[in-house]
Amino acid sequence: MTIEAIQEELIEEFSMFDDWMQRYEYMIELGKSLPLIDETLKNEDKLIKGCQSKVWLNSEMKDGKIIFTADSDAIITKGIIAVLVRVFSDQKPQAILDANTDFIDEIGLKEHLSPTRANGLVSMIKQMKMYALAYQTQVKN
Amino acid sequence: MSFDVQKIRNDFPILSREVNGYPLVYLDNAATSQKPKQVIDCIVDYYSNYNANIHRGVHTLSQEATDAYEASRKKIQTHFNAKEAYEMIFTAGTTHGINLVANGFSEILKKDDEIIVSAMEHHSNIVPWQMLCEKTGAILRVIPMNEEGVLIMEEYEKLLSKKTKLVFVNHISNALGTINPIDEIIAKAHEVGAAVLVDGAQSCSHIKPDLQKLDVDFFVTSAHKMCGPTGVGILYMKEEWGNKLPPYQGGGEMIAEVTFEKTTYAGLPHKFEAGTPNICGGIAFGAAIDYLNDIGFEAIEKHENELLKYATEKLLEIEGMKIYGTGPDKTSVVSFNIEGIHPYDIGTIVDKLGIAVRTGHHCAQPIMDFYKIPGTVRASFAFYNTLEEVDALVNAVKKAKMMLS
Repeated sequence: MTIEAIQEELIEEFSMFDDWMQRYEYMIELGKSLPLIDETLKNEDKLIKGCQSKVWLNSEMKDGKIIFTADSDAIITKGIIAVLVRVFSDQKPQAILDANTDFIDEIGLKEHLSPTRANGLVSMIKQMKMYALAYQTQVKN
Repeated sequence: MSFDVQKIRNDFPILSREVNGYPLVYLDNAATSQKPKQVIDCIVDYYSNYNANIHRGVHTLSQEATDAYEASRKKIQTHFNAKEAYEMIFTAGTTHGINLVANGFSEILKKDDEIIVSAMEHHSNIVPWQMLCEKTGAILRVIPMNEEGVLIMEEYEKLLSKKTKLVFVNHISNALGTINPIDEIIAKAHEVGAAVLVDGAQSCSHIKPDLQKLDVDFFVTSAHKMCGPTGVGILYMKEEWGNKLPPYQGGGEMIAEVTFEKTTYAGLPHKFEAGTPNICGGIAFGAAIDYLNDIGFEAIEKHENELLKYATEKLLEIEGMKIYGTGPDKTSVVSFNIEGIHPYDIGTIVDKLGIAVRTGHHCAQPIMDFYKIPGTVRASFAFYNTLEEVDALVNAVKKAKMMLS
């Protein structure tokens, strides 16, 4: 599935809810299906800076695509990273670099986009794009 | 004057706004207080009617602004019962005041001298002293605290010696709400000839310190925690220290005479007030102090204690609730966690319900390390908060718990 298609799918899923509480509950649910990072990789290197809660993010290259795994000690944050992993994992580096993130507004999580938000949604996206850029550079070399 | 919380709330325009579709419940007063219209009007009045640079011009506006600024200094002196108005130095806030003193001590401290701080300090109270120790070779000692979040005074006494040059402690812990026994801390430090700097950032909105009675050497606080504007505060220093410490920054205002060969510095307080100050802020700080005194600190303390007692009781009814900072002397701050739930998650949900609390380590990581937690949720109450708002908080926390567990 393309990034755009997954984003469309998420927008549709979130549109079923009337209020923020249901949306948050759904996001928390999504957090439970997050492909978890290997416990042994939960170290300083994999921590995303700029989050009030801890977020570990790992990436691997498999058949030309990046596979993300992650975890967080806060469950709302875990839900947010799960949404991002669903969108960006199993995608080619270039596709990740090209993707826009307007869907976050549309699924009602716009408030998390503010750079002052301590959950670091912005940092998470940045980190995922950094990984993509690193792999992209490797591929070119 | 009788205490009428509804009438007081009418003074604060921001308290009538909504957040996320709910009436705002502002419980982040330890971070900054809201501003009454008396203070806002004072700011508008300054810029509308007599904005001018001070201490220089002979023109009428400059005179008016200077008079108002100095009248405010006098007001602040009276409020804190300092001996002289010139002992009250206007700063950009508490952190600025601390750095000013730390800078001064870099000329005084020698290798192996000792500085004592408490285990419950804000980062702004740790970092300047670490920097100072690196620079001078002095050693930093820490007064430990117990599980209740209370300083262990026996340990403090053991730390004191002839080597102790400076003791630095906050009056009230921002993360726990503990009121420290500063009178005892000051008296003991003086017995060994050490100076004491008290950080009153958290205390001055709740209690009215008497600086002469405390006999403290340095005292710092910020206007914005006391219903005043941000970017202005006060550093009190005893006159003898004011004469002893070197200036912090060079510039206009702080000089007596300048030639290329030599500059002589101005006396107190101007020696430490280089450049154009936050004139409006200084004046509005005075208005804030007037406002608080009109309500009266006894009434403020009584109401806030009621809020603290009620909030503590109600929150403890929630299963898994753990409150940090349970000493007998406490101000209206409740720092808590619910077992198995990250404080950040609770903060996010209660914010969606219109309630402003703080989550995280509150710039006091050593305290979080002590309790081995990533942070807490902190509700901090002011005199304009109500028992109904405590109920709103408790209900929101219950709702968050339901969603998150």
